[in-house]
Formats: sequence, C-alpha cells, structure tokens
Amino acid sequence: MAMNLDLSGSSSFNRREKRKGFLLALPAIIYLGVFFVIPLIFVFIISFMTRGSGRGDEGFYTMPFTLRAYQDAVGAIYGPVILDSVWIAFITTVFCLLLGYPLAFFIATRKSKARQQFALFLVILPFWTNFLVRTYTWRIILGNEGLINSLLQGLGLTSAPIQMLNTDFAVLVGLIYGYLPFMVLPIYASVERFDFRLVEAAYDLGANDWKAFWRVVLPMTLPGVVAGMILVFIPVIGALVTPELLGGTQGIMIGSLIQNQFLKSGGNWPLGAAISGVMMGFVMIALMMYAGLTRRRS
Amino acid sequence: MASTTTHLPPRPELQIDQGQIRRDMAARRVGKLFTLTLAPMAGYFFLWAPIALLVIFSFNDSKSLARWEGFTLQWYANIFNNVVGGDATFSTSKMLEALETSFIVGISATLISTVIGTMVALSLVRGNFPGKRFLDGLLFLPVVIPEITQGLSLLIFFNAIFSFVNGTTGLSIQRGLATIVIGHVVFSISFVAIVVRARLADMNPRFEEAAQDLGANAWRTFWRITFPLILPGIIAGALLAFTLSLDDYVVTIFMKGVGGDTLPVFVFGLLKLTVTPEINAISALILVMSTALVSISLFFQGRGSGRVGA
Repeated sequence: MAMNLDLSGSSSFNRREKRKGFLLALPAIIYLGVFFVIPLIFVFIISFMTRGSGRGDEGFYTMPFTLRAYQDAVGAIYGPVILDSVWIAFITTVFCLLLGYPLAFFIATRKSKARQQFALFLVILPFWTNFLVRTYTWRIILGNEGLINSLLQGLGLTSAPIQMLNTDFAVLVGLIYGYLPFMVLPIYASVERFDFRLVEAAYDLGANDWKAFWRVVLPMTLPGVVAGMILVFIPVIGALVTPELLGGTQGIMIGSLIQNQFLKSGGNWPLGAAISGVMMGFVMIALMMYAGLTRRRS
Repeated sequence: MASTTTHLPPRPELQIDQGQIRRDMAARRVGKLFTLTLAPMAGYFFLWAPIALLVIFSFNDSKSLARWEGFTLQWYANIFNNVVGGDATFSTSKMLEALETSFIVGISATLISTVIGTMVALSLVRGNFPGKRFLDGLLFLPVVIPEITQGLSLLIFFNAIFSFVNGTTGLSIQRGLATIVIGHVVFSISFVAIVVRARLADMNPRFEEAAQDLGANAWRTFWRITFPLILPGIIAGALLAFTLSLDDYVVTIFMKGVGGDTLPVFVFGLLKLTVTPEINAISALILVMSTALVSISLFFQGRGSGRVGA
C-alpha cells in the first residue's frame, strides 16, 4: 500500500519535473528563435530580392524576386574569391590537423593530471586572449621591416625584404595560428578517453608503431579529428579579421566581400546576402558530413 | 637430420647485423622524438612566440617594430599621457571611452546570457522533454556558424524591424549599445550553457533528491543545493561570456550605430590605420587583461571538478 503510494507520487513528480525542464529551456528557445533563426531566414529571403538604393524611403532591397544576386555571387568577380576562401579554409584545416594532432596527443599522454591540466592550459590561454592583438603580432613578424626580414637581411641571406605581409601566405599563417586551439581541444578530448591497452594489444598481435597508430589509435580518435576539422573549417571560411589585418588587397576572403556589401556606402544587400548564402551552402555540406560521420559511428 | 638440412638454407639471412638494428632503433627513436616531443613543442612555440615577441617589443626603445634598440617604458608612459596613435583620432581618452562602452556592453551581455544559459543547461541535464536533441543542435549552431553570418543576419533583421516600426508608429530607432548587447548574447548563451552543463553533469543528482525527500520544494532545492554546487561553473561561464563580448569585433561592427565604438573596434582602426610603437604597449596591456580574465575563469572551471557529489 505504502509502496504503491510512493510510486505514484514519484511518477507524477517526475512528470512535473519534465515539464519544468521545458520551461527552463523556453527563454533560450525564444531568444535564439528571434535573434538567430528568424534573422537567418531574413538573409535567405533577401538574397532572392532586387537591390535597392537605401536612400530616402527606398530600402536596401525591393521586389521583385530574382536570382540575379546569386548569378553575381558565383560570377567572374566574386566567384573566384569564394573558391579561394574555401581553398584557404581547407589548407588551414589540414595544417591545423598536422600541428594539432601531435599537440593534443602530447597533452593527453602526460603522466600526472596536474601536468595534463597545465599542458592544456598553455593551449587554452592564447585561444581566449584577444584575437585582434594576436593576429596583429604577425604583422611585426612578417612585415617588410619585420622580424623575419630583419633577421634574413642581418645575416646577409637576402638583400631586399621578401614580401610576406599582405599576401595569401600571411593570411594562411594567421588563420592557422588563430584556429589551432579549435583543432587541439576536440582531439585532446578523444585521445584522453582512448584506452592505451589497445595499443599494447596491437603490438602483441605484431603491429609496428605506424600500423598501431594507423589501424588503432587514429580510427578510435577520429570523432575528435572530425569535430576539430569542422570547428576550424567553418569559421575560417567566413574569417574577416585575419584577412583584413594580414592580407591587404591580395589576400581578400569572403568575409571582406560580405562586409563591403553591408557596411560600405553603395553596398548591395541582396548580393551580400547571396554571397553569404553560398558560403552557408559550404557550411551546411561540412555540417552534414559531420552529422553523417558521427551518426554512423554511434 | 632432414629437419636440420631444411633449416640450414635460411640461416645466412638470420645473421644479425648489429649495425642495422642499431640504425633501425635510432630511426625509431628519432621518429618518436619527432612526433611525440618535437612536433608538440613546435606547436607550443608557434602559439606562444608571437605573444612573447609582442610583449618584449612593447619595451623596445625604437620606432622600428622589429629591431631591438634597448629597454624603455616610453610607450606605456605615452598611453597615460594621452598619445596613442600619433593624432587626435586615436587619443587615450577616446580609447578609455571605448573601454567603458565595452564594459557596459560586456556586463549587460554577460548578465543576460548567464541567466538564460544556466537555465537551458539545467533543462538539458535534468529535464527530459520532446525536442531536447533539437535544442541541443540549436545551441551548437551559434558556436560554429561564421560570425559574419550572424552579424549580417542581425543587421538585416533590425533594419527590417526598425523600418517597420518607423512606418507604423513614426518612431525612429537606431542601432546602438542595445543591439550590440543582443548580438553578443546570441553566441554567449551557447558558451555559458556548455560550461554550466559540464559542471552539472559532474554533480550527483542524489543531493537534490535528498533535499526534496527532506521536504524542500524545487525552488528551495535549487537555491540551497544545486546553485551553490554549480556556482563555480556559472562564474566560469559568465567570465567566458564577458571575455567573448570584450573580444568581439565582427558582430559588433554590424550591430553598432554611429559612434559607440567598443574597444576592439577602436583597436582595429588603430591597427589598420597607424603604425606606432604605442600599439605594442596597448596590445600588451589588452593581452594581460584578457589573460587575467581567462585564468580566473579556468580556475573556477577546474575548482573542485570531480569532487562534486563524488
């Protein structure tokens, strides 16, 4: 009797708790719905509209609906910049992976918890410090009168400065630098969970170092690798600060194109929205690949 | 006999070449040294050398940014004497104004996003309602979607809302600090939720059950049990939200009105338009400030983790 009462009491309590769980989520759902989802829908709609002058009563976009903005976005002027940005984002991701995996592996294999925490702290700290300032430091290093060129000329290796700042190279270095921690953290998380007895098992079964890594360690830590690649690739496609500070007129990326359409005078809002739409297409492809890979594994 | 003869032929191949083995082992050791030690060290060097250089060169007694000419505190002194960028566009008072704006925006965005983010973290860990997985995905998106897309989408959104309000009521609303705060809260909610959620997941739910068995209602249970236990997580999340807001440039330039520059907007203009040694000093000061904030946040994230409800 008493037990029955207890059970019914606890189950109605649980049901109430579940409803309460939803109420707690409500502010976030409303906030993100209004200030995140709806604005994205606005971008989508405006990318199909006609450019307006933005002067007087006329808005920055008007009827009728058209595909004109998308034609321009993938056309001869803007198309190459978009492809270039995707390529730069890809190269950045590859280099972040090559640098980030050994780093994450190193952190996760420290002997004591304290050492592991400290090794991790050394990666997280630059990650959270001011992005503008960290990017700016590369101007000191790569500039024509910068550290590397002074060093090369001081040693007599070159007579004239090598142009590094305001090129794709500088942008690439800045991006790898800025986004490396995004690669390290998820890989660290998966290496840390990895059971190293599996490597011993692989050795016992006759695998060498390379084989043990390729056939055991890498597949088991792949979710972290994929997550890291997503976290680097997606933000880098839309990077604005790094190409603006290090790329000059040579290293233009999608971010600057979009910014110009919205924040400079004479901007074309539907074109900006369409360029952003094309970029979001690449973002969606990356996210769907990620979702597909993680679902298959789980 | 037969067996020995069949074993004889391969014998010469079995002869051990000590030199070869030593070379193989050396190659293996070099390989291990490279992948397990040198590569990570190169990674750390890559992450920290530019920061160290910046701080060192902020004390450089030269107009040149890259040749070391001796130690000076001149550039730091200049900042406090109202010279930042060589002309009136970039005075110290303008910079302090921008810093003040950043703090007003940062504190407002932090308060709002910490409350909303903590609530949604609680609902995701303790609640169980339809659409929970969907909400999980929704919270993940502002972290990964390029900031520039968030900035321009909010610009389009507010432009449409404001012109609608103007058309119907005649009121003229402009973008300003409020719109910057709204933009910063969008991405901060996700980060607060991630940090608080990790803390909640570490916490033993039996403490809450015990409080309720002892007759406390949900409200009282939260404030007397849950809140004190997850407080370090909430503080860490709030400090991260504040750091993100203080750091943000991209969403801010889309959301700011005329004037009303935040510190990153001011610094970006400075970095882009002038080359003066004071920039290194300002940058070093900003680095120290954000390093302090992050260290405190990480301290709170690490504090007692693993001990809660163990």
